[in-house]
Amino acid sequence: MISKTKINIDLPLLLTALLLTVYGIAMVYSAGQTEVKTFVANLWKTQLVWMFAALFVAFLVSRSSVRMIEWLAPPLYFFSLGLLVLTLVGFGAGAGTAASTKSWLAIGGVRLGQPSEIAKVTTVLMLAKVLAEMRVPPRSLIELWKPMLVVGTPWVLVMAQPDLGSGLVFIGILFGMLFWAGVPWPLLLLTASPAISLVLAFSPRIWGAWFLLLVALILWYRPYMGESIFTVAANVLFGVLAPLLWESLKPYQQKRLLVFLDPTADPRQAGYHVMQSKVAIGSGGLFGTGFTLGTQKRLAFLPEQQTDFIFAVVGEELGFLGVTVALSLFFILFFRIIKISERANDSFGSLVAFGLLSSWFVHILVNVGMTLSLMPITGIPLPFFSYGGSFLLASWLAIGVLLRIAHEGRGAKGGNFAV
Amino acid sequence: MSFHPNDIVRRGRAATFIVLGAILFLVSGFYRAQILQHDDYKLQSETNRLRQLPLPAPRGAILDRKGQAIAENVIGYSVSLFGISEDSLRATMTRLGETIPITAGQIEDAVRRYRKDPNRPTVIIQNASFDVVSVLEEHRLQFPGLIVQSSPKRYYPDSTAVSGFVGYIREINEKELAKPEFASAGYKQGMLIGKDGLEETYESVLRGREGSRFVEVNARNRIVNHSPRQDLQPEPGQTLQTNIDMDLQRFVAKLFADSSLQGGVVAIEPETGAVLALHSAPTWDPNRFVGGVSTKYWNELMADSAKPFFNKALKGRYPPGSTFKLATAVMGLERGVVKVTDKFPIPCTGGMQYGNRYFRCWDKRGHGSLDMIGAVAQSCDVYFYQLGMRLTFEGMLAGGVRMGFNRKTGIDVPNEYRAIYPDGASYYNQRFGQRWSRGAEALNLAIGQGSNQQTVLNMARFYTALANNGYAAKPEIVRRNPERQKLYDLSDEENAALRRALSSVVAAGGTAAGSQIKGIAVAGKTGTAQSGKWVNGTELDHAWFVGFAPADQPKIVVAVMIEYGAHGSWAARFASKIMEYYLKAPTAVVAETG
Repeated sequence: MISKTKINIDLPLLLTALLLTVYGIAMVYSAGQTEVKTFVANLWKTQLVWMFAALFVAFLVSRSSVRMIEWLAPPLYFFSLGLLVLTLVGFGAGAGTAASTKSWLAIGGVRLGQPSEIAKVTTVLMLAKVLAEMRVPPRSLIELWKPMLVVGTPWVLVMAQPDLGSGLVFIGILFGMLFWAGVPWPLLLLTASPAISLVLAFSPRIWGAWFLLLVALILWYRPYMGESIFTVAANVLFGVLAPLLWESLKPYQQKRLLVFLDPTADPRQAGYHVMQSKVAIGSGGLFGTGFTLGTQKRLAFLPEQQTDFIFAVVGEELGFLGVTVALSLFFILFFRIIKISERANDSFGSLVAFGLLSSWFVHILVNVGMTLSLMPITGIPLPFFSYGGSFLLASWLAIGVLLRIAHEGRGAKGGNFAV
Repeated sequence: MSFHPNDIVRRGRAATFIVLGAILFLVSGFYRAQILQHDDYKLQSETNRLRQLPLPAPRGAILDRKGQAIAENVIGYSVSLFGISEDSLRATMTRLGETIPITAGQIEDAVRRYRKDPNRPTVIIQNASFDVVSVLEEHRLQFPGLIVQSSPKRYYPDSTAVSGFVGYIREINEKELAKPEFASAGYKQGMLIGKDGLEETYESVLRGREGSRFVEVNARNRIVNHSPRQDLQPEPGQTLQTNIDMDLQRFVAKLFADSSLQGGVVAIEPETGAVLALHSAPTWDPNRFVGGVSTKYWNELMADSAKPFFNKALKGRYPPGSTFKLATAVMGLERGVVKVTDKFPIPCTGGMQYGNRYFRCWDKRGHGSLDMIGAVAQSCDVYFYQLGMRLTFEGMLAGGVRMGFNRKTGIDVPNEYRAIYPDGASYYNQRFGQRWSRGAEALNLAIGQGSNQQTVLNMARFYTALANNGYAAKPEIVRRNPERQKLYDLSDEENAALRRALSSVVAAGGTAAGSQIKGIAVAGKTGTAQSGKWVNGTELDHAWFVGFAPADQPKIVVAVMIEYGAHGSWAARFASKIMEYYLKAPTAVVAETG
């Protein structure tokens, strides 16, 4: 099953991912360097072990084949759905800034991993398979039922945990892959419109403006009459439902969203984390306070410094330069994946690559944005940086898949890395 | 499904732009926080982690003219707490209450201080005893935010003897903290401030500047590093050199304490205005105000009918009585309406008729016909009634105002009351309407009665002029350049005659003949003032004596006021003892300055 032959490695992708992982482990090490030592002090060693495991997994996957991955997609997808169900029926546990959720699979109190991390990858595979089997890209809402079902099922399970952050990632995967599959942007907008209504409903005036825009879009794009009515009805319904949904949110979730709008609203409680994170980043300046020397982190002002807020440690200790280097590496990674998607041998591979990109893109945008209060706090980890074995493993599994797709695609042959 | 290459390239470009835009959006956010707002966040990070422990400055000592301590510092202890919140402060103090005595009032005080400045350690016990400190040291590990500091504690070695001028110290209150002058002078919650007396007047000299020890704390306010920065050493307050003679001051205090009389005393060096002693009896104990006065002691002081907190030398205003006759005499001589040797037409027969009223002399037997020296020696009222008639009402007012009988002396302690002396007819019209007569009021003023109320200090100031050929010295407790003011202009013969007249008071036949000192000629004037307090049908009079010694070359002016002390000769006895003690003391230091 696994070919023993050498493959053409996409060196920029591999090197970038390696650099990010080493950078990340260095930051996990620094996160443990606090005045009062905690369990975090030794996590970097665990993370280092996980890195070698992850590299090995990536090596194995890169020696498989895209065909086999496609064949495995449905069983893997349903397996991960099963794991998600397990978290909801008594095997769930919380961690980090979302301690009251059940996103972790735990047996006998021992946390094994987050099924949502696996589900993100398997959903990408499954959605790629579904979209690749379509002869033409969906042109109407009704044709979108299959992709919606593929992403909607894990989304509902994840939101039930409840894990808002992962929920966002699934939505990012759906829209990213639909975009890549060639679904026209007005249709994407119509699909997203009820959700937009939900968010904008806090202000009747803004929602009204949005609704007029939507009507204009429908008149211009002219979808089926039934779909038009459905879309309009859904928007009205969500606009009305928003306050009720808000009530149904857990108090800590409401607080997080409120704090996102104004971190100083609750400086001792929910706003505390993000304010301390901003202070850490802002005090770093251009060059930072020096590796391991950030006082916000050392003196425990910074919460969750090894997971959700690890990028604040980068900002405090390595300054604007360290931040720019990290974000540049991420950009290079994304750029390489876009190229891999463009040159993939078949539409499945291309869609898988772009789906993985979408997933990481949402992670980075939300996690990094959160440290600066540009995004709400959703307890979403930063790929390659945040401490977490299963997450690192899943990330490198994805890198392995990408390496394989790149190897089988055009442009990688004969070591031709030309962009 | 398959992709058309053109579509792919177009979508790839769009995706690249979206990704690049998002990354640039994030980078710009970091640029804003890390470059543009760096200074703000840097400061916030510092305030997060660095706490300042105040290192109190030792308050400047207050010394007497020979270098004896009036106020000094001894080792004391203060206990403070680093609080995270009001609730945690309350909880910790309640827990502390299980090991050391802590009242509910102390907890509320601490919470009040915490609210004022949460980043400063909250003082919970201002003046802890050594016992409390040793108990706390034993339980140190249970209370990680607790700071026990040795801090200099104010101590007044002769506490009750100096309560008349030294003042006291107490914690600055919220009202004061709200005032801009205190805030700009760097006062913070929990700091001590001088109140009343020298402690208040010279607060800025005595307080020094607080230092700081920096400690680094973590998010739970636990100290993780005891010296992240060098300490800022406190600057001690400056020493205050005063003119007070502590030996004399103690002597005065003892005179009152032994006799259990109440009243006020001021002793001044006439040449310089240096205040040698200033006393008000009964006294109170400024040491009991250090670290907060107990409610019990405060209530005791307030309930005492002798009003120990009311300063009888600075605030008490009494009719000057016969001690004022010298002022009338000075006015007469200066105006030229009388000569020293003149005798008035009406001899004293125990009183005299003026208009439809009979004005009594204090001695019903009468003094006969007297010149000025005799009239002063005998304190004859009839002589001074006639002098008052010659001076007229307007002349009496103008002369008294000119010599400062309606002013404060400007002594360098707060809360001196202004002496009362009418400055015009309107003063009477406002109070009595039409029911007064100018002529009769002139007679009353001439013998120190009427609308005339003087402080002991102001009378002492006037007598420095008598001792000093018309130059009055401004009374000063702290040593500095003397300030003198010419009150009147008389010839040398007239000045000498006035001194002779005052000497004859304390000589055989004078009203204070019993107060002579062997070998020293004392000059002075007795006085008796109505108090308005009656016991068994007789009015208790206040006794005055104001004078100086030696009569020919005055070194000390003493004003004594004994409340309810009957006749002035009582006060004269005190005064002469004070003068004798001062002039015969082997260590007597006579004016170094000026």
